[in-house]
Amino acid sequence: MQQSAIPVLEAVGVGKRFDSGADALADVSLAVMHGETLALIGESGSGKSTLLRMFNRLEEPTRGDVRIQGRPAHEMDPIELRRRTGYVPQDGGLLPHWSVARNVEMVPALLGWDTKKRRARCDELLALVGLPPEEYGQRAPHQLSGGQRQRVAFARAIAADPEVVLLDEPFGALDVLTRIDLQDEFVRLKNRLGKTMLLVTHDLREAGRLADRIAVMRAGQIVQIGTLRTLRDAPAESYVGQLLAHFRGELP
Amino acid sequence: MNLVSSLAAVALIATAARADPARVVIGSKNFSENRLLAEMFAQLLEEQTSLEVERRLGLAGTQVCFEALRTGSIDVYPEYTGTGLVTVLHEEPGGDAAWTWNRVSAEFRSRWNLHWIGPLGFENTFALAVPRRIAAQYSLQSISDLTAVASSLTAGFGHEFAERDDGLPGLERVYGLRFGSVRTMQHALKYQAAGEGKLDCLDVYSTDGRLAVHDLVVLEDDRNFFPPYEAAALVHGPALARHPELGVVLASLVRAFDADAMRRLNVRVEEQREAIEDVARAALVERGFVSAGAPSARATAGKRSLWRTLWEDRRKIGQRTLEHLALSGAGLLLGIVVAVPLGLLLERRRGFAEPLIRVVGTSQTIPSLALLAFMVPFLGIGALPAVVALWIYAVFPILRNTYTGLRDAAPAAVQAATALGMTPAQVLVQVRLPLAAPILMAGVRTAAVLTVGTATLAAFIGAGGLGEPIVSGVQSVDAALILSGALPAAALAIAVDAILGRVERRLRPRGV
Repeated sequence: MQQSAIPVLEAVGVGKRFDSGADALADVSLAVMHGETLALIGESGSGKSTLLRMFNRLEEPTRGDVRIQGRPAHEMDPIELRRRTGYVPQDGGLLPHWSVARNVEMVPALLGWDTKKRRARCDELLALVGLPPEEYGQRAPHQLSGGQRQRVAFARAIAADPEVVLLDEPFGALDVLTRIDLQDEFVRLKNRLGKTMLLVTHDLREAGRLADRIAVMRAGQIVQIGTLRTLRDAPAESYVGQLLAHFRGELP
Repeated sequence: MNLVSSLAAVALIATAARADPARVVIGSKNFSENRLLAEMFAQLLEEQTSLEVERRLGLAGTQVCFEALRTGSIDVYPEYTGTGLVTVLHEEPGGDAAWTWNRVSAEFRSRWNLHWIGPLGFENTFALAVPRRIAAQYSLQSISDLTAVASSLTAGFGHEFAERDDGLPGLERVYGLRFGSVRTMQHALKYQAAGEGKLDCLDVYSTDGRLAVHDLVVLEDDRNFFPPYEAAALVHGPALARHPELGVVLASLVRAFDADAMRRLNVRVEEQREAIEDVARAALVERGFVSAGAPSARATAGKRSLWRTLWEDRRKIGQRTLEHLALSGAGLLLGIVVAVPLGLLLERRRGFAEPLIRVVGTSQTIPSLALLAFMVPFLGIGALPAVVALWIYAVFPILRNTYTGLRDAAPAAVQAATALGMTPAQVLVQVRLPLAAPILMAGVRTAAVLTVGTATLAAFIGAGGLGEPIVSGVQSVDAALILSGALPAAALAIAVDAILGRVERRLRPRGV
């Protein structure tokens, strides 16, 4: 149980200043423990995506430290890090010229798994996300609905069984009914898979349903971090209060 | 590596052709008298020596001919002393025919080891002519008379005449001549325009057979502005050293033609539309240089209909189509070989991309003929400089499309692939390139149509192709001959575009 003592994802005093002098992030610290899901919530431009993308080194901080399982991220090879970190973007980001199966097998292929093992894993995952492989495996992404594409993207993200999954507004582009469906599905998978997840969203309901804790971000800083209950009972700032008020009556 | 070896191969072929010891290459400018003289040189050499004679007739103007001769791409072409003096040596006309002859002989020999063999016996001086109607209306006899009324007249001049020191600029200086308006156009077309009353004054050659046909009055050069233009064979020194018989045979033509004789021969070509080969043969036979031989493939004289031209020339057209395809295909392939890797590289070094592509883009603004002519001093004439010029034209559209296609390829897919651990090279090859393929291919199509079109100009530097009949057709005002080159060229462009269009559709990924 030594593992549980070290955060899987950790930011310590992280800042990001653009060449223009503007701060995307200023002195941000957080820790995500093994098996935990943390939601980053805030308006667009609050820095939540920038922070998320530091954990697979798509962005580099200009100050502070990003650590993954206790190790400074900047010491890690970014390509290797990314291959063992799941990632689901808003629009799925499936390669349009590859079949569903080939998309799902992307990371295993990059890691050099043999074909048979890849195939088996792909079938398993497609079944897991509710897309029977024999029916969907050979389809092209454009032949799927938006919700189905996100399912494939999720299957692709966890194909090589990563410890960490980063989700950047994964349900943001879906219609309401599909979104709710997928959120339910996500909760089910999350409980079953036990991954450490960082989820970016601007929807407090979604954050409340999917995450164990919520970090509220504003203008490049974390305003408050805690469970939905903590935020509700003791908002640290009027902004958090306003945010909660906005969703009053819709929160679980 | 591909590029280097292809270029090496092309260069090798070019030098091999040039170094062939038993071959002489005869060139000519692109007007009929010059072609006719060159054809006579060629036939005479074929008849009286064992040399293999190659014809590169109809090269674009003095500049291209002279550079080709100086660099040894051709061994002989017919030239005029006045042109040598003024256009090549940039000297003022300063004396009579003998003085001019001695001057150019000495200078060309010492500067470039080029030798004037002749004179052939006639001068073909530049002159200004007006339709008889205009001459009568203003009672014009000399250029000085013309100067007084020129401001109300429209003149038409050949492109070279309009620029040469011994042409319009000099006339303006010496006579103070100022026309109401000046059009520059292909030499042969001026006669037609004057005949139709669209031109009041034009530059002519004094041996031009069409002077009489179109009822033109030659104005007296009362200030002796034009230098003497004695015709001669201008020969490359090393060729003379290699083949002394070349000089001996060409020297037998000294004073063989007077101006009247030349005018009559020109009429046969320009107005009676006899094949140049036949007229040359007849002239040589008449003077006892060769025995009468079989007439050329074109059995009858006169203007031919389009269908007849297409039918009678079908072999030649097929041959030229193949040449044309080879020229444009080589240019296009070299373009792809350079532009695609460069586009891939620029995608990784985007800071350089726009400036570099813009620089490459300026190549498109160079007029094709200028680019071709520019190549001659460095690469000689024939296929090599033509392919290099076409190559330069092909690079830009392919490079631009390759780079843009790669840069803008499905950003979401590119980002996701990066985020999941593809290396930049893997993203490029597995994601960007397949997604950019249709745009890249569209660039190749543009370049292909461009090179097929531009390759028609290759005829001006002796590279053959479908431009050949176009160039001779324009020169002899023969629409059927022009079309016998232009129609296959257009068909070729359409066919190439259609075939590459199919390739492009095949390359397009599903759903993109």
